[in-house]
Amino acid sequence: MNTDFARQAIEKISAENETRVTSVKDALGEFTATVPANSVVEVCQKLRDEHGFDMLADLCGSDRGPEEDPRFEVNYHLFSTQHYNRIRIKVELSEDSPKVDTVTTLWKTANWHERETYDLVGIVFEGHPDLRRILLPSDFDGHALRKDYPLRGYEPYSLT
Amino acid sequence: MEPVSTDVIASPEMMDESLDSQMTISMGPQHPSTHGVLRLELVLDGEMVVTAKPDIGYLHTGMEKLFEYKKYQQGIVITDRMDYLNPLGNNLAYVMAAEKLLQLEIPPRAQIIRVLMCELQRIASHMVWLGTHALDIGAMSPFFFCFRQREKILNLIEAASGGRMTPSYFRIGGLMMDLPAGFERRVKQFLEDFPAAMDTFETLVSGNTIWQSRTREIGYINKEDAIQWGLTGPCLRGSGVELDLRRHNPYTGYETYDFEIPVEHGCDVWARFRVRMRELYESAKIVTQALERLKPGPIKADAPKVVLPDRDDMRKHMDSLIHHFLIVAEGFNVPPGEVYMPIEASKGELGVYMKSNGGPKPERVHFRGPSFVNLSALPDMSEGEMIADVVAIIGSLDIVLGEIDR
Repeated sequence: MNTDFARQAIEKISAENETRVTSVKDALGEFTATVPANSVVEVCQKLRDEHGFDMLADLCGSDRGPEEDPRFEVNYHLFSTQHYNRIRIKVELSEDSPKVDTVTTLWKTANWHERETYDLVGIVFEGHPDLRRILLPSDFDGHALRKDYPLRGYEPYSLT
Repeated sequence: MEPVSTDVIASPEMMDESLDSQMTISMGPQHPSTHGVLRLELVLDGEMVVTAKPDIGYLHTGMEKLFEYKKYQQGIVITDRMDYLNPLGNNLAYVMAAEKLLQLEIPPRAQIIRVLMCELQRIASHMVWLGTHALDIGAMSPFFFCFRQREKILNLIEAASGGRMTPSYFRIGGLMMDLPAGFERRVKQFLEDFPAAMDTFETLVSGNTIWQSRTREIGYINKEDAIQWGLTGPCLRGSGVELDLRRHNPYTGYETYDFEIPVEHGCDVWARFRVRMRELYESAKIVTQALERLKPGPIKADAPKVVLPDRDDMRKHMDSLIHHFLIVAEGFNVPPGEVYMPIEASKGELGVYMKSNGGPKPERVHFRGPSFVNLSALPDMSEGEMIADVVAIIGSLDIVLGEIDR
C-alpha cells in the first residue's frame, strides 16, 4: 500500500509542533508514527479532522517482556473511509505508569478496544467512561497477555 | 419434597414496584437468538428498551495468548476456531500476515484457489446468517433451505481440505494441497443450482410482508455513527458507505475480479439484509470467474525453508527431508517487524496484527474481529426499540461469539 498519504499527514502534524511525533517508520508498506503518550489524543484528532483518517480500525496493546523498557506499547490503526489509506500510531509506555489518555472522546468504537487492552495487557486508559474487564471475569487476578503471566495461569481457575 | 414457595416469585411489593418503574432483565447467556453465549442486560420500560448492555467473555479461551506459545504454522488451526462460520477467511488473514512479514510470493493458482474457497465460504457464512436471522424473527422454513445450501459448500470444503468446520486449508506460502479431482465440476454443479435457491429465499423471505414489517425502520444507525462505531462489512454498507476491502485495499488479486459492491441507504435492519442478499449473487459471480481462471500450476511458494516439501520430493531428495524435519521440529524464523493485515471477511474487516521478534513464534498476534466491533454498537442501535426488535437487530449484525470472545 502506498504510504505517501500517511507520511504527508504526519509531516504536517509534526511541522506544527515537533514534540508531537518521536519517530516514524515506513516498513512492509505500512507507515508507523511513534508519539509520546501525552500527545496521542491530539495527533489522533488532527488525523481525524484534518487528514481524513475517520475510522479507528483497531486498537491493541502489546507487552514486549518484563526486561524491556519501555515495556508496553499501544497500537492505533487508523483508516480513512474516503482515501482508503491506513496509518499506525504507536505509543510506548513504561512499566511504572502504563497509562495513556483515552480516545473514546474521538471514536466510540475505542470503548471496547480499550476495555480489552486494559483487561488483557493492563494498560489504564485515563478518562475512559467504563473501564472494566470485558473478556475475563471481574475477579480475575492479573493481566493474561503480559509476558510474565504463565500460559496456564497461577492456579486452576474455578468459577465457583 | 417441600413445595416451592411462591412469595419469592411474585411478592406484592415486587409487583407494585415494577408497575411504575423500569425493569432490568437478563437476556441470555442461554438464549437461542443471541447466536452463542451472549448476555444482554436490558433495562426495559414496558416493552421498550431503555439501555442495553452486552456482556461478553463467556467463550474466552485465551487464543491470543496461545498464539505466542505456538509456532507460526501451528497458529493456523487456532484461527479456525475463532469465527467458526468463516474459518477460511480467518486462515487467509493469518497466513497473509505471516506472508507479509516473510515477503513471500504466492503462485497464481494458489491465489485463485484462495479466492474461490473464500467466496464459497462467504456464501456458506451468509447462509447461516440468513437461516438464523429468519429463525429469530419467526420464519422456520428458510433455515432448512439455507442449511441445505450450506451443506453443499461444506461438502466441497471437506473434499478440498478434509475438514468441514475447521479446514486449515491455507498454509503460510500457499495451500495445504491441491484441489481434488472433479472439484471444479462439483463447484459448477453448485453454481448451477444456486440461483434457484436464491429465488426461493427471495420469495420466502424478501417478498414476505411480515418479514418486511419486522425489519424496516428498526435498528437505525446513520453513516456518521456507523463510522464512529467502527462498523465494517455489510453493516457499514447498509448505512450507505461504499467500502469493501476487496476493492479498496485489494489482496489475493481481488482487484482483477469483476464484481459490484452492494450499498443500501436505509441504515436499518432491512438495508443490512438487502446488502447481504445482494452480496450472495456477487460472491457466486466471483466463484464463476475464479473457476474460469483456474490453470494448472504450483500451489506453494518457492521458499523451501518455510513451505513444507511434497511427500514425493522427500523420498527422492535429502535436502527436502532436512527442510521438512527442520520446519516441523524447530519451525522457521520470521524477520522482525509488525504488520496489520486487514481482509474483508463475511462479517466485515478482519484485521490481524502480527508482531515478530525474529524467532519461530510470534511475539504478539491480535485479531480485530468484525463481530466484536459490530456488537459494541448494539446499545446505540437498540435503545428506544421494542424488546422483540432487539432479536432482529442482533440477527442483522451477524455476530459469532467465538470471534468476539476469542
